[in-house]
Amino acid sequence: MTQTLDEISAILLFSGMGVYALAFIAFTLDLARRSARADVVAESGAERIARARAGGSTATLERPPVAAAPAERASASLRVGVTLAVLGWLLHLGATVLRGVAAARVPWANMYEFAMTGTLLIMGVFLVLLVRRDLRFLGAIITGLVVLLLGISTVGFRVEVVPLPPALQSYWLVIHVLVAILATAFFTVGFALSLVQLMQARREAGRQVRFRMPASIPSSTALENSAYRVVIVGFIFWTFTLIAGAIWAEHAWGRYWGWDTKEVWTFIIWTIYAGYIHARATRGWRGSRSAWLAIVGYSAVLFNFGIVNVFFKGLHAYSGL
Amino acid sequence: MSRSSDLARPSDHIESDDAGEPVGGPKLGFVGSLRFFWRQLTSMRTALFLLLLLAIAAVPGSLVPQRSSDPNGVVQYRVDHPDLYPIVDALQGFDVYTSVWFSSIYLLLFVSLIGCVLPRTKHHWQALRAKPPRTPARLTRLDDVQVRSLADDPATALDRAEQLLRRRRYRTERYGASISAERGYLRETGNLVFHASLVGILLAVALGGSFGYSGQKIVVEGEPFVNYVAGYDSFTRGRLVSDVALDPYRITLDSLDVVYETENEHAVGQALDYTANVTVQQPGESGTATSTIKVNEPLRVDGTTVYLLGNGYAPRITVRNADGDVAFSGAVPFLPQDTNLTSIGVVKVPDGLPEQLGMIGFFYPTVGQLDTGALTSAYPDLTDPVLQLNVYEGDLGLDEGVPVSVYTLETDDLTQIAGRGTDVPAVDLAPGQTADLPDGLGSVTFDGVSRYASLEIHHDPSQGWVLLFAILVLAGLLTSLFVPRRRMWVKVLTEGDGRLRVEYAGLARGDDPGLSAAVAELAEEHAGADPALSRTT
Ligand code: HEM
Repeated sequence: MTQTLDEISAILLFSGMGVYALAFIAFTLDLARRSARADVVAESGAERIARARAGGSTATLERPPVAAAPAERASASLRVGVTLAVLGWLLHLGATVLRGVAAARVPWANMYEFAMTGTLLIMGVFLVLLVRRDLRFLGAIITGLVVLLLGISTVGFRVEVVPLPPALQSYWLVIHVLVAILATAFFTVGFALSLVQLMQARREAGRQVRFRMPASIPSSTALENSAYRVVIVGFIFWTFTLIAGAIWAEHAWGRYWGWDTKEVWTFIIWTIYAGYIHARATRGWRGSRSAWLAIVGYSAVLFNFGIVNVFFKGLHAYSGL
Repeated sequence: MSRSSDLARPSDHIESDDAGEPVGGPKLGFVGSLRFFWRQLTSMRTALFLLLLLAIAAVPGSLVPQRSSDPNGVVQYRVDHPDLYPIVDALQGFDVYTSVWFSSIYLLLFVSLIGCVLPRTKHHWQALRAKPPRTPARLTRLDDVQVRSLADDPATALDRAEQLLRRRRYRTERYGASISAERGYLRETGNLVFHASLVGILLAVALGGSFGYSGQKIVVEGEPFVNYVAGYDSFTRGRLVSDVALDPYRITLDSLDVVYETENEHAVGQALDYTANVTVQQPGESGTATSTIKVNEPLRVDGTTVYLLGNGYAPRITVRNADGDVAFSGAVPFLPQDTNLTSIGVVKVPDGLPEQLGMIGFFYPTVGQLDTGALTSAYPDLTDPVLQLNVYEGDLGLDEGVPVSVYTLETDDLTQIAGRGTDVPAVDLAPGQTADLPDGLGSVTFDGVSRYASLEIHHDPSQGWVLLFAILVLAGLLTSLFVPRRRMWVKVLTEGDGRLRVEYAGLARGDDPGLSAAVAELAEEHAGADPALSRTT
């Protein structure tokens, strides 16, 4: 039974990844179109490939007719992207829930499951934010990142369902890890915004850049404000994660803080983001510099998840690998 | 500075102008230099720099094993990198988080923090008691403005506006035909609470160390542990903990129950549960109470916390001399070597035999055989236990006054008389079996196996304080990031036709995405939905 459910979960996950990949193509297509509109440039490779696929032919390499109402087509592929992202998310949700049912516990007790639930929340937070403001221009980055992370984790981290070791049998597993993943989801959106902010800032500075940002994307200042708002939500969740982790460590290991490698990295991430928040209130540090801090902070998050879990020694040896 | 896009700190935060100017400027003198240095240290830029520096300084401690969390890793590092070891050690690389350099960074950061928070607190205190500032002359130049036309008399319009603002928890002040209002002081309060609580955490941690103690003790089933300094296998304490500070309660380990997975083929033999059943006796009381300790459920006794950190097997062994008199008898804790609990232990028999006797034992809870013929354990539970003993004879080195570990046998001065490398095979025993020792020395009996629990006992009186400050940190953070601090103005002008022109304007102080909605909402409730004039006048 467990095995069957887990297999269905895996199939759903693969389907979800496929749909996300299609969403990624649609989002990229939209960016490419809009940037092509921003200033006339040659059609991008991604666009050409996608068009070739759409036409069912692999050899359509001639240039397209130039003047075909780009505004409408752009919004169409944007809508397709969002629809596919939602569809992929539902499959992803099904996969995650089934994994939890198969294991008869929360689906975040090893690396494979962290990655599955983590990317689910990244997409989820992104889609929920879409309801409130138009962040669809982030679609390519978010779906791309999610497909990449899911790909790595299914290939590298997939493990069978096994029971929880005694150290993980705690309600803190539910709270602490879930909030950590939620924080990561917000940091991810903040990261994407900061990335676009940097590119936008270069465009605004009139610098020649290889990848042109579509003109319809918000100004770098607006992007910075959005990034900040998303990041502070992530930061609050992260602060809670840190405190909850300390409480759990006190319950399980007999001390609330011991500079275990995972604790060290949680602290480093917290400090970098505290720096980011300060940077916005510091003369000379607003704008691109603070965007870089958000990116550095997010790199630390990824490092903490991907490298520290797998390669570093410590008490938090729960990768399941 | 554009106003609505300015998400920076509340504008009444006094940043000491980044103290940049005096560089290369007029000569400062001693006091001047001090003041200059202080202003540098407490500037926002320094805080940012120190925060980032702290993040970087924390990294090495995750790359190199730390004495505090992984002492064996440090020993191993010395073996693996004999050239690097002294350098890293000299740089305090094995004690990063107590090192001089790491400590200086965070201490500087906290000095900067205090230097920053104190003046802000004073400033905030004054702001809390001050009136909202005068209404700007031309409200329509602000970014968030609404204008309405009203048929009303000015006094009623103003009264109603004031009422509405008060209901929205603004503090209000009349200036002629206008109202100035401000709300959200909690934002700055939250920020100050946040920063002050960080200091609180630091102090609680620093002081707590002096009053706390912790220790480990291995307790075999059926045996007691008594909480006094000599009762521990290892013990560390803060500077202010005296010998008599420990409350001598007694904990007896009645049994240790371990459950292993048997069905899931991917996890057979994985531990599912450890439960230590204990009896606790308080000092001076005759009654006892039973309780359990689990991995995530420590036992709280008399201000200490007792954790179940590890477990293992303790074979019960009896050694008799040639006449059958008992020379040694007891349960000997063996240290687990792998997940199937192959365990190694040492039996030392100093007296009762013609020569001192030492034995290195291998214990296999479920014995199996490797291709090489060597024994191994195939499963962690006690399905088919076997004890294998290598026997040594000679001076155990116990009488030299140097403390020796009970888990190691120094074999240099001993002669091996049974086991691999000798003509006599090792002694293999199942529970209940007895075997003769070589050379007619006597016999050894494997009476059976008990489990042992490795307990860790902590006493940390500052823990509750740290938690309290941590919660304040979170609460301060929430209020300072989400309570909007805003100013609002309502101005009433009488037009030529007798109607009123009412202007509503708002100004964000800090991050405030909801400001323009709040201005519109106020205007709407006060005067109805239709803007009377276009915003641009
Ligand atoms: C241990 C060191 C510090 C940490 C971890 C830290 C962390 C933070 C965090 C998380 C915030 C945003 C939340 C809030 O506004 O309450 C913040 C804001 C702030 N901090 Fe710190 N801080 C530290 C030291 C300092 C120092 C030394 C200064 C003064 C130079 C300072 C001045 C400020 C100011 C003015 C704000 C408000 C910024 C804004 O509203 O955007 N902090 N700090």
